[in-house]
Amino acid sequence: MGQLYHPYANALTKLFVVGGPLFVFVLWWFVAAQVMWSPWSTGEYEFVEQPVPFSHEHHVSGLGIDCRYCHASVEVSSSAGMPPTETCMSCHSQLWTDSPMLEPVRRSYARNEPIPWNRVNKLADYVYFDHSIHVAKGVGCETCHGRVDQMPLTYQGASLQMKWCLGCHRAPEKFIRPAEEVFVFGRDLPEDEQLEIGRRLVQDYDIHVEQLTDCSICHR
Amino acid sequence: MRDEVMNEDVAREDGSGLRFWRGLDELAPGADSSAALDEFADGASEWDDSLGRRRFLQLMGASAALAGLSGCLSGPPDPIVPYVDQPEQVVPGKPLFFATAVPIRGYAEPVLVESHTGRPTKIEGNPAHPASRGATSAQAQAALLDLYDPDRSQTVRFRGGIATWQQFVEAMQAQRARWAATGGAGLRLLTGPVTSPTLAAQLASLLQQFPAARWHVPDPAAPGPAVAVEPRYHFDRARVVLTLDAEVITGQPGSVRYARDLVSRRRVRKGQTAMSRIYAAESTPTLTGALADERLRLRPSEIGPFAEAVAARLGAGEWPAALSPKAQDWAVTVAADLRANRGAAVVVAGETLVPEWHVLVRRLNEALGAIGQTVDYGAPVAVQPPGNGTDLAALVREMTAGRVDTLVMLGVNPVYTAPADLPFAEALGRVETTVHLGSHLDETGFRSVWHVPAAHALETWSDARAYDGTVTLIQPLIAPLYDGRSAHEVLAVLTDGTPTPGYDLVRGFWQRELADRTDFDSFWRQTLRKGFLAGTAASASATTSAESSSVYGRSASSPPGRSMLRPYAGLQPLTSNSEPATLELILRPDPTIGTGEWANNGWLQETPKPLTKLTWDNAALISPSTAKTLGVENEDVVELRYRGQTVEAPVWVLAGQPEGCVTCHLGYGRARAGRAGTGAGFDAYRLRFVDAPWGGPGLEIRKTGKTYALAATNEQWRMHGRDLARSAPISAFIENPDFAHEGEMMELPTLYPGYEYDGYKWGMAIDLTACTGCNACVVACVAENNIPVVGKEEVRRGRHMYWLRIDRYYKGDASDPEEVLHQPVFCQHCENAPCELVCPVNATVHDSEGLNVMIYNRCMGTRYCSNNCPYKVRRFNFLQYTDYDRNDVSALRHNPDVTVRTRGVMEKCTYCVQRISHARIEAKKENRTIRDGEVVTACQGVCPTDAIVFGDMNDRASRVNQLKTEPHNYGLLAELGTRPRTTYLAQITNPNPALRTVQRSAPDEAS
Repeated sequence: MGQLYHPYANALTKLFVVGGPLFVFVLWWFVAAQVMWSPWSTGEYEFVEQPVPFSHEHHVSGLGIDCRYCHASVEVSSSAGMPPTETCMSCHSQLWTDSPMLEPVRRSYARNEPIPWNRVNKLADYVYFDHSIHVAKGVGCETCHGRVDQMPLTYQGASLQMKWCLGCHRAPEKFIRPAEEVFVFGRDLPEDEQLEIGRRLVQDYDIHVEQLTDCSICHR
Repeated sequence: MRDEVMNEDVAREDGSGLRFWRGLDELAPGADSSAALDEFADGASEWDDSLGRRRFLQLMGASAALAGLSGCLSGPPDPIVPYVDQPEQVVPGKPLFFATAVPIRGYAEPVLVESHTGRPTKIEGNPAHPASRGATSAQAQAALLDLYDPDRSQTVRFRGGIATWQQFVEAMQAQRARWAATGGAGLRLLTGPVTSPTLAAQLASLLQQFPAARWHVPDPAAPGPAVAVEPRYHFDRARVVLTLDAEVITGQPGSVRYARDLVSRRRVRKGQTAMSRIYAAESTPTLTGALADERLRLRPSEIGPFAEAVAARLGAGEWPAALSPKAQDWAVTVAADLRANRGAAVVVAGETLVPEWHVLVRRLNEALGAIGQTVDYGAPVAVQPPGNGTDLAALVREMTAGRVDTLVMLGVNPVYTAPADLPFAEALGRVETTVHLGSHLDETGFRSVWHVPAAHALETWSDARAYDGTVTLIQPLIAPLYDGRSAHEVLAVLTDGTPTPGYDLVRGFWQRELADRTDFDSFWRQTLRKGFLAGTAASASATTSAESSSVYGRSASSPPGRSMLRPYAGLQPLTSNSEPATLELILRPDPTIGTGEWANNGWLQETPKPLTKLTWDNAALISPSTAKTLGVENEDVVELRYRGQTVEAPVWVLAGQPEGCVTCHLGYGRARAGRAGTGAGFDAYRLRFVDAPWGGPGLEIRKTGKTYALAATNEQWRMHGRDLARSAPISAFIENPDFAHEGEMMELPTLYPGYEYDGYKWGMAIDLTACTGCNACVVACVAENNIPVVGKEEVRRGRHMYWLRIDRYYKGDASDPEEVLHQPVFCQHCENAPCELVCPVNATVHDSEGLNVMIYNRCMGTRYCSNNCPYKVRRFNFLQYTDYDRNDVSALRHNPDVTVRTRGVMEKCTYCVQRISHARIEAKKENRTIRDGEVVTACQGVCPTDAIVFGDMNDRASRVNQLKTEPHNYGLLAELGTRPRTTYLAQITNPNPALRTVQRSAPDEAS
């Protein structure tokens, strides 16, 4: 009886034993990374159900209300601030007073019960993000939150993963703008122009780029 | 390596090398220190739970599978809940600070409370208030945890069942109708010390309405007769201080200020030649004795005669009949020093001394010209009840005789704190209506007919006076969590028959009091904002010594202590069935949990007690040589029998304890304290008697043969012969300012260039002369940094989590150490940090300002860093110590600016990086640099003596730099080349050389 396997089967086996797991590992790594970075995992571009179908598009683009009218503490505090029901009612006690969509707002005001909004942009508990310093140093709302002025329902405008944060913390000149344009939407400059302005602003705003990647800047 | 270190230990024991020691067994020849050489304490790293390996793997497999799944799901829903109508000052993410006070033993401790959107998270001192100057005690820090204590009483109870406030009000209204007829006969009130003007007015009005009613104040911390005058010291004006069994640094209403003043004359800097001198003659070792330059160890019965001897030398009395030769020498020398500093000297009598000695000490102070200079005697700050108000025995007699039909107990727990010879619990059963207002359903609340949950100080409107009499307002930070009521609200029901909100009561009182102010509204607001009414401090009264001696009823000319002074009986070794030995009993409030009121406070329970370093327990403290004579060791259980009462207590050998004396701390052995306090320790109140509240001679001690495990932290990290604690007398410092660097090894050379820190360069300097070991920083650190409490078992395994430890070193003889040094040790933020080199995942790294930062989310728990840390300051979460449940009330206390760590993560001091971040962001927004003093770490902020200074080392003018350029500034283990950012100013003491050279003078020569 002849040999069942040809001698090169040994080599094949070795290759399979070593290469098989390696292949599976690499494939797993590749697939896992793709899944992890995908919007499916990060929640990017995903509309979040809210008690009131609030449209930023209508209020910002349509009516021209400034971000700070509702997110009042964005320039002074780590938290941008969510508007108290009273802020909604400052207009809606006069406008759309019987709209069924606004029923939860009126109920909240009448019963003195807050509206529990569902969080759209969620950071991990060990990340300490401060809105006020970003706004002071020329990071526009849309740089992180996307075109909120075009969102009929609000969604997360960026992945909010650490590597995305570091993209700007390593090279802020690619993103920052004059502080007076922070609340402007649709500011889209050609790359070289942005770089030129950005480099100047990094100087003007005394941004220590080498410090921005310290772990302790965001984690404590 | 191990042998080397051990040899070094032995080598230095020949007297010249090792000057300081930490544990008594270090002094024992041939002591096996191998256990201490392991990085983690014995058993810390082992899994020795009942769970077997198999079961553990099953569980781990299951949890890994679940963890894999949960990783794919989003986290728990996390809604944003804005206000309906946002209060004007509230900005989410920005804390607000409110000035209020934490009443401790009835006296206000003025504080500022940090509030995050309505949630108090941290207590700081009130910098404007004379009793605080920005600092607090450890207890005031821990008051925050009491607010969120899940064991707090949550409902009104009637005969044990749940009732309502309305029912209580109606029941009291019915009682009022009866009292109206009888004039209140049979109505008795029990309160703690009352300094609140509002409460005092309410009590006065009640006693006026019902003249036959009586009010009693049984304070377990001051059980003596009421005083007519009390001293207030000005240690900042004193060059020489003599304390007689007095603990002034902790536990007193004025301790925070006293500690600051005491140390203010001891901050020795280069070129300075003078510092104050403190003598302490005391029985059980206190922190005051530890701070003192000279400490005389006496039995309690010898304190009075010693005071007499000092007085005799100053011409204020007769030389005592019996006094040990050493004490005689002392009296002569101390008296000479006091006389030489006339007008700048003061003698302090401890609270535990009998009134006659207080009178004598007052006469002494008079002779020294101290009155009006270094001490003022004035009317007591606490309102004294009319008649025999402090006499609990009289009340118990009345109760037993059935003459009391209603007993109202406001914030007291007499069933637990009554002396052993007062059958308070039985007497309570004979009272028809008993009302208890208390934060917990404690021993007294449990036996009372009515129990009303007390609101916490951070939930109530009230007022109180500080130690100096300054009226301090108490305002609520949060609505009562559990429908609690204040003493004002309960009293209002008794006085008016109608419930009135606390705000109306307190504000109404002050509106009447300040009726002549036309601008009361704005004045009230300003006062609330500031926290206190300036100018309300008590003035010194001009009573003479003769008057004060008459207030106690007995004359000062026949001190009673003399009859108590017995010759020191020879002791025999104890065996299980031998005759008991007779010793002297010393009872004292516990240095952390007081007289039991803080027993359920996990932060304080886990704080190592200042000198014993015990946690979660009290013990029978005895001196090393007495222990040797009796043949007992640490953790041996002995039976203590005093006047027929017995308790069993574990022994703890304490250096500096007088021979033949046993100290037991009160406050433990609680039957109904809560999950932290119930069952911890033994109840020393069982040895307390009405006529001997602080113990006395005649204690019998018998060995039981049992042992009881105690959890002490001082034995866990040793210095192995290295010169970590440095100290010198001021004379040596003047001669050689660089003494702290003598014999220091050269820092090893390196081939690598140093890193340039061109921005901020954070550093810290700690003045060991100023550190009193009071533990305020320890608790402040716990509160600020969300540090978990792990419990006694875990502490025993060396798994305690407190970032800041205070190492306590002794110098000299084991029985009577001549010097004590406290050294706060936490992460030194080495520039060349050994921990960083060994982390396989870069979870601990340096940032550009020189902080050694810990990245919790990267840490995978190898513990290599801790192994490689020469300072042993890293703490590992061996188990899930912090509850994940965010709906639990205790989660409310967390500082939102600090990550709550999870199991398997290493943690350590961060230099309060959250406070640095906050200051950096504020400075950057204003385009400026951080100012010196803008970043205050939690430990620095509360330090009563300003011993800790933090700041930017690149700022030449910063305070921290000034300290670091002092010649006696040194780094721990600097020879390793770690370049620690935290450095220490060596301790400078001011011993009196005359005490070592004096020839013993016979009493007849002396007087």
